[in-house]
Amino acid sequence: MTASWRRSTVAAVLAGLAWAGPAWARGPQTAGTAETVGIDLEALMFYLLGGLAAACAVGCVMSSRVVRMALFLFGALGAVAGLYLLLHANFLAAVQLIVYAGGTLVVIIFGIMLSSASAAARYQARPAEKAAGAVVGLLLLAGLVTAVGRIDWSGRIAAVPSAPTVLEFGRALLTTYLVPFELSSVLLLAVMIGAAWLAGSGRR
Amino acid sequence: MGSITLMHYLVLAAFLFCCGLVTMAVKRNAVGILIGVELVLNAANLNLVAFGRYRGGGIDGQAAALFVIVLAAAEAAVAIAIFMNFYRHLTTVDVDRGDLLRG
Repeated sequence: MTASWRRSTVAAVLAGLAWAGPAWARGPQTAGTAETVGIDLEALMFYLLGGLAAACAVGCVMSSRVVRMALFLFGALGAVAGLYLLLHANFLAAVQLIVYAGGTLVVIIFGIMLSSASAAARYQARPAEKAAGAVVGLLLLAGLVTAVGRIDWSGRIAAVPSAPTVLEFGRALLTTYLVPFELSSVLLLAVMIGAAWLAGSGRR
Repeated sequence: MGSITLMHYLVLAAFLFCCGLVTMAVKRNAVGILIGVELVLNAANLNLVAFGRYRGGGIDGQAAALFVIVLAAAEAAVAIAIFMNFYRHLTTVDVDRGDLLRG
């Protein structure tokens, strides 16, 4: 293993452990049957999946090879699908895995394969650009977390909703969300024709 | 309600957003920039679904996230087609080399 791969693996594992650690130390917050074993399962899964997503995002930033970035993106997409399951979005988790991880990511990997004359080419930005990017990212993160932390989110908390079924989604797509549904079908047709023409042999 | 509040998801989504933003800013490979865009879109989706879960509103958050996924897939396809054309002309996907229109 090269040094950079070792470094990013260690960073990812440490980030995941740092996220998941507090879940074991914390006891159950509410009384209930699921907490009799003494582990807050929701918190544990959130920290594990969130740690995996965060570690994969950091790996995306730090990787120098685009194929490794694609693999880290795959990990991030899978972790976000798990987080959707935690958020009672079962259908959306399945759509995320099928369409995003199984469709969009495959398109990205095809793009990587079709556009690399020298497969080991690693374009590096200048160190000044990397420093500026890191500073901007940290500033934005600090600003977002501060802005979100100042708001009191405790008003109008709904009761714990049941996970919407595919039936509800189907009804909503044909009643409440009919216009976006039809527009997205037109958009997909335009995208198919446009991408096929743009990348096809007729352009040569 | 549990120990994981809305703030946890918002902070995680903000972190994913900033990672995607730095990826977009720092990478020179065009597909790397596209990967950053996908990270940003996932962070926004996480925000939408978390708000839908913790603040009520029924299916709205998840339906919005569904349409974002559709648009992200369409955008990735068009972007890859553009990169293939870029590659045909310049035999590279280094975006710093795309300066034919430079004044």
